[in-house]
Amino acid sequence: MSYVSIDLTDLLIASLLVLANGGLSLLFGLGLAKKLIWSALRMTIQLLAIGFVLRWLFAMESPWLTLIAALAMVAVAGREIMARQDRRLSGLWAYGLGTSTMLAAAMVVTVFALTTQIRPDPWWDPQYALPILGMILGNTMTGIALGLQTLTRGLERGKAGVEARLALGETRFGATRHVLRDALSSALIPVINGMAAAGIVSLPGMMTGQILAGVEPVEAVEYQILIMFLIAGGTAFGAIAAVLGGIMRLTDSRHRLRLDRLANP
Amino acid sequence: MQKLELRGLKVAVGPTLTCTVAAGECLVLRGASGVGKSLLLRAIADLDRHEGEVLLDGVPQDAVAAPIWRRKVLYVATEPGWWADYVGDHFPDRDGIAGDLDNFGFSPDCLEWRVDRLSSGERQRLGLIRALSLQPDVLLLDEPTATLDALNTGRVEKLVADHCRDGMAVLWVSHDEDQARRVATHILRLSPTQAVAEAVS
Repeated sequence: MSYVSIDLTDLLIASLLVLANGGLSLLFGLGLAKKLIWSALRMTIQLLAIGFVLRWLFAMESPWLTLIAALAMVAVAGREIMARQDRRLSGLWAYGLGTSTMLAAAMVVTVFALTTQIRPDPWWDPQYALPILGMILGNTMTGIALGLQTLTRGLERGKAGVEARLALGETRFGATRHVLRDALSSALIPVINGMAAAGIVSLPGMMTGQILAGVEPVEAVEYQILIMFLIAGGTAFGAIAAVLGGIMRLTDSRHRLRLDRLANP
Repeated sequence: MQKLELRGLKVAVGPTLTCTVAAGECLVLRGASGVGKSLLLRAIADLDRHEGEVLLDGVPQDAVAAPIWRRKVLYVATEPGWWADYVGDHFPDRDGIAGDLDNFGFSPDCLEWRVDRLSSGERQRLGLIRALSLQPDVLLLDEPTATLDALNTGRVEKLVADHCRDGMAVLWVSHDEDQARRVATHILRLSPTQAVAEAVS
C-alpha cells in the first residue's frame, strides 16, 4: 500500500472549483459568491490551525496537554448542544446538563476503548485519544441535543397528557414515560441509521481516510466497526443520562410538572 | 368517613380559602373567570405549588407521597389530557368501566377509537369515567359539563350525585347558577379578595 502526498499547488488547483462556483453565482446573480468564498477561506484557516495544534500536541507527548485539549473539545461541543435547543433549561442547567452528561459518556467510552481495545502506548497517546474522542463526541453531542430538544418539546406540547397521568396517580417517571421514549428514539435514530447504511449507502469518513492513507481495506473496516460500536455506546449512555436528568429537573419531588424551570424563549 | 380540609389555602390569584368538605357533600365553587378556581383545584391535588395546608381525614398532603394523594384526591381538568393514540390505552381496567361507558351512551368498541377523532364532549365524558374508575375519596371537577349537551349534563350530574351518596366528597367548579343549585350541598362564591358562602336554595 502506498500513500500519495499532496502539496500547496494541488490545493490551489482544487480551489479553482470553488472559484468557478463563485463565478457561476455572479453570473446568475445568486448572491452566494461572497458567502462561498468566505466559508472556503474560513474552512482552510480553521483546518490548518487544527493541523498545527495537533502536530504540536503530538510532539509534546504530555498527558496534561492532551487532557486540556480534550476538555476544550467537550466545552465547545457543550455550547453546540445548548445552541440547538429551542427551549433551554433555566440558569446553569442550560449548559450544565448537556455538557456534563456528554463529558461523562464520551470520556468513559474513550478511555474504555483506549485501555482495553486499541491500547496505544501510552494509552493516552494524543494521536489516538483525540481523534477517537472527537468522533465519539460529535455523535454523542448530536444525540443529546436531539434527545433534550424532543424532551422539552414533548413536555410542553404534551403538558395536558403528562398532567393527566400525574393527576391519575402516576409518578413523575411513569407520567413522562411516553415522552422519554420519543426523546430517546430521536436521539438514537441517527446512530442506528448510520450503522444500517454504513458500507452500502455511505463509506464512512474515517475508514475512507485510512484507506487513502494506505491502510489495508479490511483493517480499515475493522477500525470503523470498532468506532461505530463506541459511537453507539457513547450516544446511548449520554442521551439516556441527559434525558433522565432533564425529566428530573422538569419535575419535582412532589411529582409535579415544572415547566417554569424552562428559560423564557 | 373522609373529610377534606383546607386551611389557609392560597394560590397565585384569588382569596385565601379555609373550609371543609365531608364525605357525601358537594361544594360548588363559583366566581368570575380568572379568580383562581382551577388553580385551587390543582393545588388541592398538589399539581401546583401553593401556600397553606390541605388535609384528608386529618392527614396533611405532604405526609403522603404525591401519587397516592392524587389517586385519593383526584383532579379532572375541563379538557382532560390524553397521552396514547387509542382510547383503550388510557383505561387499565377495561372490564371495570363497562357500566359507566353504558351510562354515558358509549358502546364498548369506543375503546378501539383513536383519541384524535374524539369530540370535545366525548373527551370530557371519557375523562370523567377514567377518573371515577380509580374510586377516589375526593373528586375535583373543573367545569365537568362545559362541553356537554343537556342530556349528557344530566347524566354527569346524576352519576356524581350517586357517588356522593356512596360517600365521595366533591368539589365542583361551575359557571351555571342553576346547575350549582341542582348539585351543591354548599356553595362558595369567590371574588379576588374573599370567599362568601351562598345559600343553596
